[in-house]
Amino acid sequence: MFAEFLQFLFSGITIGATYALVALGFTLIYNASHVINFAQGEFIMIGGMSTVFLLKAGLPLPVAIPLAVAGTVLVGLALEKFAVEPARNAQVVTIIIITIGASILLRGLAQVIWDKQIHALPPFSGDSPIAVGGATILPQSLWVLGVSGLIVAALAWFFNRTLLGKAILATAYNPGAAQLVGVNTRFVLLLSFGLSAGLGAIAGILIAPITTTNYEIGIMLGLKGFVAAVLGGLGSGVGAVVGGLLLGVAEAMTAGYLSSEYKDAMPFVLILLVLFFLPNGLFGARGTERV
Amino acid sequence: MLNKTLRRGLLAASVALGVFAGTAQAAEPIKIGAFLSVTGPAAFLGDPELKTLQHYIKKINDQGGVLGRPLELVHYDDAGDAAKARTFVKRLLESDKVDLIVGGTTTGTTMAAVPLVEQAETPFISLAGAVVIVDPVKKWVFKTPHTDKMAAEKIFEDMKKRGITKIGLISGTGGFGASGREQSLAVAPKWGIEIVADETYGPKDTDMTAQLTKIKNTPGVQAVLNFDFGQGPAIVTKNYRQLGINLPFYQSHGVASKSFIELAGEAAEGVRLPAAALLVAEQLPDNDPQKPVVVEYSKEYSETFKQEVSTFGGHAYDGLMLAVDAIKRAGSTDKAKVRDALENTRGYIGTGGVVNMSPTDHMGLDLSAFRMLEIKGGNWSLLP
Repeated sequence: MFAEFLQFLFSGITIGATYALVALGFTLIYNASHVINFAQGEFIMIGGMSTVFLLKAGLPLPVAIPLAVAGTVLVGLALEKFAVEPARNAQVVTIIIITIGASILLRGLAQVIWDKQIHALPPFSGDSPIAVGGATILPQSLWVLGVSGLIVAALAWFFNRTLLGKAILATAYNPGAAQLVGVNTRFVLLLSFGLSAGLGAIAGILIAPITTTNYEIGIMLGLKGFVAAVLGGLGSGVGAVVGGLLLGVAEAMTAGYLSSEYKDAMPFVLILLVLFFLPNGLFGARGTERV
Repeated sequence: MLNKTLRRGLLAASVALGVFAGTAQAAEPIKIGAFLSVTGPAAFLGDPELKTLQHYIKKINDQGGVLGRPLELVHYDDAGDAAKARTFVKRLLESDKVDLIVGGTTTGTTMAAVPLVEQAETPFISLAGAVVIVDPVKKWVFKTPHTDKMAAEKIFEDMKKRGITKIGLISGTGGFGASGREQSLAVAPKWGIEIVADETYGPKDTDMTAQLTKIKNTPGVQAVLNFDFGQGPAIVTKNYRQLGINLPFYQSHGVASKSFIELAGEAAEGVRLPAAALLVAEQLPDNDPQKPVVVEYSKEYSETFKQEVSTFGGHAYDGLMLAVDAIKRAGSTDKAKVRDALENTRGYIGTGGVVNMSPTDHMGLDLSAFRMLEIKGGNWSLLP
């Protein structure tokens, strides 16, 4: 009985960690601009797909991964430079719509440049499951969890301890005032897109051995990651991780104990409940404090 | 009013044209209409189908055509959209005046065409899978691919041989998986199989360990069947090994392509599935009636297009060859005669199996069309 529960928990944590990584990307750009970047899922796809094709070109994994991340960062920067920045005086909603357009474009390009097939990356440290208390977890899930933890810690340090991080927060809070005290707000926005693209790419590479990847994997992951980000409170790093894990575990428990038919309804039930009682999400900012 | 007169005028004109066409038949090409999903979500099905039709029509023409007349292919790309398919079929029937239609990549596009061909009384050979296309039988509609119902029966037949009576079923909620689940539930009792666990997952889900744990803990389960296509089965297979389930594991014909083995990797070892003979062309015993056909087609396709042969291209090959065979036996392109000839097809050997049509069966395949395969050493291996 306990082993069964543990297995559902592991399953939930594995899916949840992937949602959390995506949610973190949403958080980063939201923090800098209050824009929800719906092309976030495409960063994940580009990270995973470019790694697959770099591997196919004969590069070893340790070389392919940094190259893929760098390439995705470039795409993120280009997206900001050529699509978001020209519209920087427009309303937030307009920019959000621009990101939706960009996501469709990126998906289309991926189909043309790469292909429409499904691909998988080899797991980083083998395929043999690790047994814990009668349940099993894959080493790759530990990779996802570990890297998520590291990224959360790094982001917390970045936003609270570095000038650049504080500049990003200041820009989000009041762009006009930030500019007055000497923050280059245009650079901050550019930086946040680059960072968030890099984050998305890392997520996409880490999960590709578990979930497989194809040109449209960003749609589903982007949507679930967005739900996780809202659940945890948009703008909060810890919230994004908790929201993602909660979502994953809730889905796995529903599939395990109730019925797999209801699994996909769970995120919506959760989000309705949370937003009804806590309109800012679980860790939503109620003051100036953002992580 | 005007509309009506206009339509009558057009009708008269087309009848007149038809008469002229009839008299000047000698060098007139035989028009074969096709509507395929060459782009869009079903492109991986439609693309090899179109390539196959074009290649073999050219080949037949080089060898002198059929009844001394060349074949002419008129084809449209419906992009997997049933509404577009309907428009194109109308165009094929009314303005292109094709002699018969081979096409309909998906069940959706096929079913959109059915009322039109029935009304126009034109023979139609569909390349789509579902049972509904030929059950109930429609006078002018035929099809070449095997159905999911047959796949389920083939799997249960193999289970029965191994003495398995209680199984767990896990299927995707997409069209293919949902239909497969329905057919499996329907035919299981016939083979003495009881489905004791019935789980599903979404087409884009990335982890199915929760559902598999439930199946694993269901008392009495002797084997597990996964009915789906795409990435889902690859993930289910990986999860299956992760959980260390040691029961026999079956997949459907939906994963019968090399990409499944690539995606699932070592986890795919020992998985059993039903598939068309085309996949194991070289491994077939020499006395297998299908061997020459599938070896020839698979060689020709992979050499011409530098692509791995797919069963879907095979369906188009069968459709075209059945049509040619029927026209030859009918001795003309008279639609009613060609239809009767199609219905009387006996012992035609194609890539999909041995076809024996009848007034009550417009597909004509039996369970022998499927072969049971097991994945061994990263490759298909034919089970006796």
